[in-house]
Amino acid sequence: MIQLTHLEKLEAEAIHIIRETVATCDNPVMLYSIGKDSAVLLHLALKAFYPGPLPFPVLHVDTTWKFREMIAFRDQRAKELGLDLIVHVNQEGVRAGVNPFVSGSRVHTDVMKTQALRQALDMHKFDAAFGGARRDEEKSRAKERVFSLRTAEHRWDPKSQRPEPWRLYNTRKRPGESFRVFPLSNWTEADVWDYVARENIPVVPLYFAAPRPVVVRDGALIMRDDDRMALRPGEVVETRMVRFRTLGCYPLTGAVESTAATLPEIIAEMRGSRSSERQGRIIDHDGAGSMEQKKQEGYF
Amino acid sequence: MSPAVALRAVPDIPAPEPIASKGPALLRFITCGSVDDGKSTLIGRMLYEAQLVHDDLLDALARDSRKFGTQGDKLDLALLVDGLSAEREQGITIDVAYRYFATPRRSFIVADTPGHDQYTRNMATGASTADLAVILVDARKGVLPQTRRHSFIVSMLGVRHIVVAVNKMDLVGYQQAVFDGIVAQYREMAARLGFDAVTPIPISALEGENVARRSTAMPWYAGPSLFEHLETVEISASAAPGVRFRFPVQWVNRPNLDFRGFSGTVAGGVIRPGDEIAALPSGRPSRVRRIVTQGGDLDEAVAGQAVTLTLDDEIDVSRGDVIVAVGDGLTARKAFAGRLLWMSERSLGNGEEFQLRLASATAAARVSVLGAVDIHSFEPAAADGLGMNEIGLVTVALDRPVALTDYRGDRELGAFILVDRVTGDTVALGLVDAGAASLVRGADAVARRAGGTGPAAAVRRHLAEGLVAGWRAGLIEEASWRLLSGLGMAALTQAVLGDWRLTIAAGLLEALLRPALRFAHRKGWRALEQRRLARAAYDADGSGI
Ligand SMILES: Nc1nc2c(ncn2[C@@H]2O[C@H](COP(=O)(O)OP(=O)(O)OP(=O)(O)O)[C@@H](O)[C@H]2O)c(=O)[nH]1
Ligand SMILES: [Mg+2]
Repeated sequence: MIQLTHLEKLEAEAIHIIRETVATCDNPVMLYSIGKDSAVLLHLALKAFYPGPLPFPVLHVDTTWKFREMIAFRDQRAKELGLDLIVHVNQEGVRAGVNPFVSGSRVHTDVMKTQALRQALDMHKFDAAFGGARRDEEKSRAKERVFSLRTAEHRWDPKSQRPEPWRLYNTRKRPGESFRVFPLSNWTEADVWDYVARENIPVVPLYFAAPRPVVVRDGALIMRDDDRMALRPGEVVETRMVRFRTLGCYPLTGAVESTAATLPEIIAEMRGSRSSERQGRIIDHDGAGSMEQKKQEGYF
Repeated sequence: MSPAVALRAVPDIPAPEPIASKGPALLRFITCGSVDDGKSTLIGRMLYEAQLVHDDLLDALARDSRKFGTQGDKLDLALLVDGLSAEREQGITIDVAYRYFATPRRSFIVADTPGHDQYTRNMATGASTADLAVILVDARKGVLPQTRRHSFIVSMLGVRHIVVAVNKMDLVGYQQAVFDGIVAQYREMAARLGFDAVTPIPISALEGENVARRSTAMPWYAGPSLFEHLETVEISASAAPGVRFRFPVQWVNRPNLDFRGFSGTVAGGVIRPGDEIAALPSGRPSRVRRIVTQGGDLDEAVAGQAVTLTLDDEIDVSRGDVIVAVGDGLTARKAFAGRLLWMSERSLGNGEEFQLRLASATAAARVSVLGAVDIHSFEPAAADGLGMNEIGLVTVALDRPVALTDYRGDRELGAFILVDRVTGDTVALGLVDAGAASLVRGADAVARRAGGTGPAAAVRRHLAEGLVAGWRAGLIEEASWRLLSGLGMAALTQAVLGDWRLTIAAGLLEALLRPALRFAHRKGWRALEQRRLARAAYDADGSGI
């Protein structure tokens, strides 16, 4: 008899969760952040409903500050896979001139990501939103449920989460309430990369090392992706061999120096690394418990 | 030297030779026990030893330790795991945290559970999927009421492997007498809980003694370190999925008129195209035509795989139905007996109605409380309601038939949750347990006969019988096997006395015969056991709840 491998078990669990959502919620949507976790999530969702098409749309909350390569990749994948892609931008935020340089990472993230996400979910009346978050990413995420209930105001209450024994997911909710659903809860960063390699899943080239124009700012290597990023006195753009472990808004995402240009090299580098995946994420460090707080406010 | 550097100076784990893993490649375990026994500290220590704490997190930990820490200038490893701000402020664990780590021999999913009474539901959640439980005991305090409570819940949920980690040995001078005393105390308490293995290990989570490496501070202890034990422990088949094919239908995949497939995750057994099946509750038979996945059709699917089945006939199957192998014996029922862990702050009254969720099925469920188990003494008593964290013996009446069976034989079709229909909260977790009803019915009968011993005493007796039944079956099996193989050996020895060539032949025969016999013998017992369970469930159900 076949013995399932660790990855096969994780895959089956994720497919089970995705199907459970579609079977019990009225109007699900998949959050697509264009990163590796989203790529894996999308891949699993396509598997879950084969031979049928994806029975829900895919939502990208665009802060307008994503790497250009990410947007190009998103549009290409949407076309190849025939996705029903919704791109939402918080136009109020754009009109108010919110941006990461002037407003700071905290305000920028709140307005262009958290508020924008809430707008999009309300506008389309989605009652369940898949996200690619993993419990190993951050210690408040380690406490989150697979089906994470949000109030009508999109708030998360970490202290009174529903118990989730076995794989019995309670998908009952009151009008206005919604779920964030995390099929990759039990995956680690290493599992994601192993799976990307095993399944040959396309990912944004920014994950692979290449010579890129970067600026050293506040100790982080920031890639100058367009000329909206004004240089401060003394700053110079230099070309370095870098790659990204996680992708977000380019001014808020630190690159790492690396020569890992292939999947096996990335996997080897990650296993030997002495720093965590989200270290490059500037928004995570805006104060202790900041991820938990952002999540309470409706961030993924 | 900064604390982070001091901690990093702990010697590396000696690289173990890769061994042929006997158990699963993945082990799921929990830490549990009383408040402040050091569960989170232990997991923090394990993550650290498994090289999982990256430098930036270690720096953050050093900062956090100064702010919230309980260990003076030293690092407070519990802060690696207690990730909610309320937990860090209060220095306690509130919600279960799942962490992932691997050693060269095995990968692990560990759930850190809270010790506080108030959050028992989160502990039970962690235990529901565990293969093994590490029960911590503070060396200074010994077995506490909460140690008993957690041990009981862990046993009820079917965890059969226990590690008793006697922690904070550093605070009692690493004395053997303290350890031995607590181990004796624990063994006495756990004797009725039907565990397969109880492994005691003296540790200091704070200092890392006997966690990743064997301690030099306790030369009197000759056993394995916690890591060594977790890496090599064999988990018995009781936790494994059942052998019969069972497939709760999650979702009907009907993208166009030419395709109608049933999607779900195989709960037990194996299925192949051509196999004869029946759909419950209707009982209508058909045959599996294809096992569809995106990667291509499969020749077989096993427990744990998420697949889509197509059938030969257009029979009516929908979400909540269960596809089983023909002749399974599983039936859909509208009433059953079971155990509940009540998890809501408001108490449960007799006859209340909820939504029940079992595998992919949902039904309206009316719950009658027969009794409650006092988890400090393990003694059941008559009750007509349940308070938060109480364990009840109940009967449940459903508004429609649902395919279900005893939890002991099938983790998937024997586990359920109850959902409050107004708030949507998960208010209870439950196990189908035919014994729970006979236990209480039996109690009445015995009480009548004994005239005055009272139902509590009788219920206690029945409960104790139920707990040791599994263990007893194992013992008889082992004894009969010994007898059988002994007889075989005697016959061979007799032959050997005649001729030396026969000795060799006998040796070969014994070597080849023994595993084959053992296998066949085990199989026979398992089939018997399955039949007994099925009959018990049927009897209990048939005698009208
Ligand atoms: N001396 C000593 N102290 C320890 C040891 N293990 C834990 N502690 C301390 O005991 C206290 C409680 O530790 P935690 O790990 O938070 O305990 P817990 O069991 O997770 O507590 P709850 O989750 O709230 O039930 C902390 O101050 C720890 O530093 C040990 O081996 N030796
Ligand atoms: Mg704790």
